[in-house]
Amino acid sequence: MRPIATTRSASGMPTGLLAVWWVVASEIVIFGGLLASYLMYRLSHDSWSEQAANTNTAIGATNTFVLLTSSFLAVSAHAAAEKGDGKKAARYLWYTIGGAMTFVAIKSFEWYTEITHGFTITSNTFWSFYYTAAGIHALHVIAGAFIMAIVAREAAKGLELHRVELIGIYWHFVDIVWIFLFPLLYIAK
Amino acid sequence: MLEWYLPQASTYASEIDNLVNLIGAFVAFWFVLSFGTFIWLIFRFRARPGTEAEYITGELKHQKRWITIPHLLVLVCDVFIIVGAVSVWYNIKQYLPPAEQTVRVVGQQWTWTFQHPGADGQLDTADDIATVNELHVQKGVTYHYQLQSVDVLHDFSVPVFRLKQDAIPGRTITGWFEPTLEGEYDVQCAEICGIGHGLMGARIFIENEAQHAAWVAGESPVRLAAVTTPTRAIQE
Amino acid sequence: MAESIPHEVDPGHGDHHHEDQGFVSKYLLSTDHKIIAMQYMFTGMLMAVIGGFMSYVFRMQLAFPGESVPLWGIVTPANYNALITNHGTIMIFWVAMPVLIAAFGNYLIPLMVGADDMVFPKLNRLSYQIFLISALVLLSSYLVEGGGFGGAWTSYPPLSAKSQYNLTPAGASLWLLAVALEFVAFLLGGINFITTAMNSRAPGMKLYDIPMVIWMIVIASILFMVSVGPLIAGAIMLFFDQTLGTAFFDPNRGGDPILWQHLFWFFGHPEVYVVLLPAVGITAEIITVFARKKLFAYKTVLHTAVGTGVLSFTVWAHHQFIAGIDPRMAHIFTLTTLLISIPIAEMMFVYIATLYGGSIRLTTPMLWALAFIGEFLIGGVTGIFLGASGADVYFHDTYFVLAHFHYTFYPIAIIGTFAGVSYWFPKMFGRMMNDTLGKIHFWGSIVSFNFIFIPLFVLGTAGQHRRIFDFQNFPALATPELQQLRILATMSLVVMLGFQFVWLYNFINSMFRGPKAGKNPWKANTLEWSADSPPPHGNWPELPTVYRPPYEYSHPDREEDYWPQHLPN
Repeated sequence: MRPIATTRSASGMPTGLLAVWWVVASEIVIFGGLLASYLMYRLSHDSWSEQAANTNTAIGATNTFVLLTSSFLAVSAHAAAEKGDGKKAARYLWYTIGGAMTFVAIKSFEWYTEITHGFTITSNTFWSFYYTAAGIHALHVIAGAFIMAIVAREAAKGLELHRVELIGIYWHFVDIVWIFLFPLLYIAK
Repeated sequence: MLEWYLPQASTYASEIDNLVNLIGAFVAFWFVLSFGTFIWLIFRFRARPGTEAEYITGELKHQKRWITIPHLLVLVCDVFIIVGAVSVWYNIKQYLPPAEQTVRVVGQQWTWTFQHPGADGQLDTADDIATVNELHVQKGVTYHYQLQSVDVLHDFSVPVFRLKQDAIPGRTITGWFEPTLEGEYDVQCAEICGIGHGLMGARIFIENEAQHAAWVAGESPVRLAAVTTPTRAIQE
Repeated sequence: MAESIPHEVDPGHGDHHHEDQGFVSKYLLSTDHKIIAMQYMFTGMLMAVIGGFMSYVFRMQLAFPGESVPLWGIVTPANYNALITNHGTIMIFWVAMPVLIAAFGNYLIPLMVGADDMVFPKLNRLSYQIFLISALVLLSSYLVEGGGFGGAWTSYPPLSAKSQYNLTPAGASLWLLAVALEFVAFLLGGINFITTAMNSRAPGMKLYDIPMVIWMIVIASILFMVSVGPLIAGAIMLFFDQTLGTAFFDPNRGGDPILWQHLFWFFGHPEVYVVLLPAVGITAEIITVFARKKLFAYKTVLHTAVGTGVLSFTVWAHHQFIAGIDPRMAHIFTLTTLLISIPIAEMMFVYIATLYGGSIRLTTPMLWALAFIGEFLIGGVTGIFLGASGADVYFHDTYFVLAHFHYTFYPIAIIGTFAGVSYWFPKMFGRMMNDTLGKIHFWGSIVSFNFIFIPLFVLGTAGQHRRIFDFQNFPALATPELQQLRILATMSLVVMLGFQFVWLYNFINSMFRGPKAGKNPWKANTLEWSADSPPPHGNWPELPTVYRPPYEYSHPDREEDYWPQHLPN
């Protein structure tokens, strides 16, 4: 049973939206702090480009494509939810989850290759940042997929359709973090 | 206020003390004024039978004046303090006068090692004198210190000089002082550095020219290999 | 809005559901904002007892070095460092934050904006549970091999990063983990504070009708959210340095220990305002009620709070003047630091001006609120010495710094809490506290507090540096005169701690035996005083509507000297 407080909207912005933006804002400063630290180090360590040369740009680019596609699918889910079509929204959400799983699978393969080639988290501070930043991001992907599964199950029954948009916002955020990570970790060599 | 407790033993000690006094005067003025007003208001407007509180919004211009005027005056005081602080800071930390002598100060858990130039007046020569927890300097000579750390952060603090500087492993930080008073004083480590932090005291001996020359002559040069391990630059 | 109104007349929803609940589900697993507030408050107070006990142990060691401390024993250097580290950490993260933000925030926001609960009650409960786990993790760090972490609450690497330096392999990591969990708990809590205050306000409550304490908690939550992110990133990096052997902060392998200081203080300075603002808000509520006055220039207070918040992100490196940063940077941070004195000074002036023309009743809550202003003034003005780079060269890391920030944190965490608890006690428990005992406790605590920290100002001026377990190694500091000041400070601390038993007795006794309070014992305006004392689950049978700003005391158009927000006329 939900309190009346939840149903109010004195600011005119839906409460769920306000909450999601709060989460996104607090995540932005977390990733912001991490990436700012990385940039400071990177600018004072020219030698890191040699390390960065060992990252696999092709795999990174594939993953970027996968995430962008999944973000597009999340938009489609939102569009369906707006029309009140919970089943369709749920289906698109499951596709999005599929994208997330593909991303994680590719990431695991990539890390496995790198670690077996001797590039571990302690090899060099570049690799420390590489694994830390991408690792935290991957955890967000997994968490997002998990929450999306819950939302999709409800949406399939036509319940809580506004949550489709909320998880979509979060998913775009996860996507955008990767858009920053990809050039910083893979392309800048 | 500081000079009541500690002698001024460097050229810039009095600069800092004067700055502290200046800030102290401003701060005391504002504190007495606002605290006095505060206490007076509590007394003056205490609840008494038959009197009622007034309805004052504080939004009107003539009411807000009571806030804005003091607030602008505080800003004026701030400007004086900023100018004083910046100029004192510049003289001590940013400006580096040419050195007549250079000493190396190395912190490690939990001792200070000091490397003095020997009779030749040059650091890193065969006649350097290395000591543990004893720094010997000559009055009236401008010194550069090269501050290093072997392990964790330390802080080279000489209260009578009003000198404080963190030592950072991997870096050499150069600063300066010129002793003006003979005597023996405390050197502290002013940055927590582990369980022995409280033991990490040293002494500074400020000597006149003759005494210092005698001390240099009396010390057989011992070169401390341990503390001259090259500190690698941050860029690797 | 329109479709929600039919719900609002739904009377006392959920009351009957809670009648037949057991103790566990009613008090431990409740999602009621008031119960969660109490959980935070009692956990915070329990942690305050632990933190206070720690201060007793290390102050005894400083007064009587090497002697066995009653209830503890001999204080080793490792003990000493762990005690000061955890005293600071506990008092800020497990006392000030949970009590001022979480307890008052949870209790007051729904009641003062006229809602029946927080927007996300389950999230609220989760936030407390994570907080509780974080407290247990912190306390457990004392039980592991090597003991509690002793690298100061600032936890500077390389000392904190490597166990060969700090000698507490498990303690350091548990400490860091506990702090990180605590941050997560408060980020989750912040979601509720912001959404409830912004969206769940009673019909008619406009932005400038929100009571100041609610504004302050909301602004504080935003400050916390924005500032803590980089430190969470830093904590992950430091945790990897400790446990996996990465080299983020290891200068020998390409890392930079100064980076941690930036990340820490970028959070650490706004954090001061995170806990300050709720206390400032509590003070606003109390002085207006007991001076029977409208808050002087409500909007100015709000603007100064926002201004302080924004400026607080630009001052962090004044903690690092002599830490090896570029000396030119000190000029900028001196400038910003002295600028931040402007909004804070303005806020203090506003509060003092509010007293003008009042009819001041010196009840216990009012005494605490006034003491907040008076003591915080001392904390504020002594900060100027430290913000001025040239003077900080000397004062950095001395007891002057320590005394300064205790003159800010004591008013915030201790005075603010006692002010708030004594003011809202009748609402929380439906009974009045004993005013005489309250005043005895007040004067005992305030006088002894000043006798603790004034000697420490003197010691700091004389060059006594911090985090030293025994000053015998420093001949200039080992003099009998300075030792007497140390003993005075310690004795005052013992006296102050002793007076807390008066409060404890008063608190517990009044909870069960105090006279019934009624709905509005202080004749206050804000919405919480229109609910029953204590408010039932759901707070009001019918949620209130707001007709006017919160501080309409002694209004000329009304016969009574207060004009509650919920009355139509």
